[in-house]
Amino acid sequence: MATATARKIRVVVAKPGLDGHDRGAKIIARALRDAGMEVIYTGLHQTPEQIAETVIQEDADAVGLSILSGAHMTLVPRVVALLAEQGVDDVLVTVGGTIPADDIPELKKLGVAEVFTPGAGTDDIVDFIRAGAAERHQNTD
Amino acid sequence: MSGHPIEPLYTAEDTAADDERIGYPGEYPFTRGPYPSMYRGRLWTMRQFAGFGTVEETNERFHYLLDHGQTGLSTAFDMPTLMGYDSDHHRSLGEVGREGVAVDSLDDMEQLFAGIPLGGVTTSMTINAPAAILLAFYVLVAEEQGIPAEKLGGTIQTDILKEYIAQKEWCFPIEPAMRLVTDMIEWCSQKMPRWHPVSISGYHIREAGSTAQQELAFTLKDGFTYVERAIERGLDVDDFAPRLSFFFNAHIDFFEEIAKYRAARRIWAREMRDTYGAKREESMRLRFHAQTAGVSLTAQQPLNNVVRTSLEALAAVLGGTQSLHTNSFDEALALPTEEAVRVALRTQQIIATESGVTNTADPLGGSYFVEKLTDEMEQAAYGYFARIDELGGMVEAIRRNFPQREIADSAFTYQRELDERKRIVVGVNDFIQDGEEPTPILKIDAALEQKQVDRLQATKARRDGAAVERALAELKRAAATEENLMPSIIEAARARATEGEMIVAMQEVFGTYTESPVF
Repeated sequence: MATATARKIRVVVAKPGLDGHDRGAKIIARALRDAGMEVIYTGLHQTPEQIAETVIQEDADAVGLSILSGAHMTLVPRVVALLAEQGVDDVLVTVGGTIPADDIPELKKLGVAEVFTPGAGTDDIVDFIRAGAAERHQNTD
Repeated sequence: MSGHPIEPLYTAEDTAADDERIGYPGEYPFTRGPYPSMYRGRLWTMRQFAGFGTVEETNERFHYLLDHGQTGLSTAFDMPTLMGYDSDHHRSLGEVGREGVAVDSLDDMEQLFAGIPLGGVTTSMTINAPAAILLAFYVLVAEEQGIPAEKLGGTIQTDILKEYIAQKEWCFPIEPAMRLVTDMIEWCSQKMPRWHPVSISGYHIREAGSTAQQELAFTLKDGFTYVERAIERGLDVDDFAPRLSFFFNAHIDFFEEIAKYRAARRIWAREMRDTYGAKREESMRLRFHAQTAGVSLTAQQPLNNVVRTSLEALAAVLGGTQSLHTNSFDEALALPTEEAVRVALRTQQIIATESGVTNTADPLGGSYFVEKLTDEMEQAAYGYFARIDELGGMVEAIRRNFPQREIADSAFTYQRELDERKRIVVGVNDFIQDGEEPTPILKIDAALEQKQVDRLQATKARRDGAAVERALAELKRAAATEENLMPSIIEAARARATEGEMIVAMQEVFGTYTESPVF
């Protein structure tokens, strides 16, 4: 049931692995915050375990994994698996970064809802997360 | 591109036509270039950044590039190596060989330069927090080749301040990291007179989203900070300053970049002479490497990137760079294929041999626009110097997140301009092509990670474990004193201590670093 003080959508923006390229992640974090969401930016050098723990502790509706180091096919599946192991299967998982087209279908098969590659518009990303997370909202009310 | 207002026309009234401020190439204040003859005397070094997989793959790429006419080497290390982790560390999983070459020990380094006499080439190594270790590896490989350290020419990046600001590759807290930088400057000033122990960098600051003015200001301020620390150590500025080098971005706003380089030279010359008391011209003369802007490359219509890289390379040349890396057209999504990097190298060769721009020094000197823009860049930089000084200097400014916040704000502003189509990037928010075929890109074989782990285990099996233990204990002991750490790092490296082992030994004394990020 919708109320006047609806809970804000909670998004974790995470940087898995050793990748230090945080320009995009910070921009998305700020754009999501400007769009009225509650954003938890994990900072750099997060292990998949740390990210999963943050998502759970923060009761996040969505997690955006930003990765530009080429290690995405190791790190993203691990985050998804850890969330599933802990019984969290309704968090919207998105990935952003230097992801070759060939890797996108496999990521989506794992449960990644969308992959945003270089040139993706900020507003598109915000809208996608809002729509996807709102679905989760409805399912938990 | 920075948002700095540009007039539709510049005339003689815009520039003071101040010959003293413009000067001559090779003379203070070096606005027009560090050398009198510039490219007629000596062309810039064509130095393509390269590295991926294990040392075998990278050695092969080094040879390919040298065979195709590049004139200097530049080494890209993988994320674990950059962050001080060995390839078998749990944090290295999935990361080995992906962003650069995996190097864990001296054994790897020997293979990296197989068939490359280090006395006959200059090598750049892009590594910062663990720089002292990689320099030790390099010196030892050369020694094994029979080449003494004092004959070696090249550069190691070492610029740790810009790591905390932008590139974010760290192993230690700021103060011990700065101590290591000063150790390297000191040691190289005595033992490696041809070597550049630091490459004071703006490239990464710019890639993180700064404006050209911020890149200029933060880079030079980092440089001044290293100078101050070296002077505090007791070094004579004229003994180390000649071998400080710089590394700037070559971005797509053509004239802004040229003005930036010219302003950089003039500012550095003035401050070195008047603030830091340099007496030798070599101490005042800013020399730099440039790389075309990675962030300007698009995944869409990748062949357009050849055009972007060409314009950017030309700006770097017209700005008087001493060394240049040109990006490959496929680099928006991956490390370059052979074909793509060959085109990038040919771009430099065509500029050098066909365009004629090398025939005169600083060809744009005296242009109303370029001189005015140079002046304005300089003023903007001094504005930032004042703000940083008010905060207590660059180290304190970093602690307070000042440059990081400036960069994040500029990055956000730029992205909003793209989103609102106030700024156009061809193929991305205008002139879009639907249904593009994906470009073939370089794939890193996942099996290389295990290959590297096996190499590492073989190194550990072969070496004298007790000697390694002793060397690491000695390194730890020295780290807790004020001794220069280069000698103990070299001895540990010689014993085949791994990079990760040496970093851990130092972390046990120095601690580690965690960022408090702002966005």
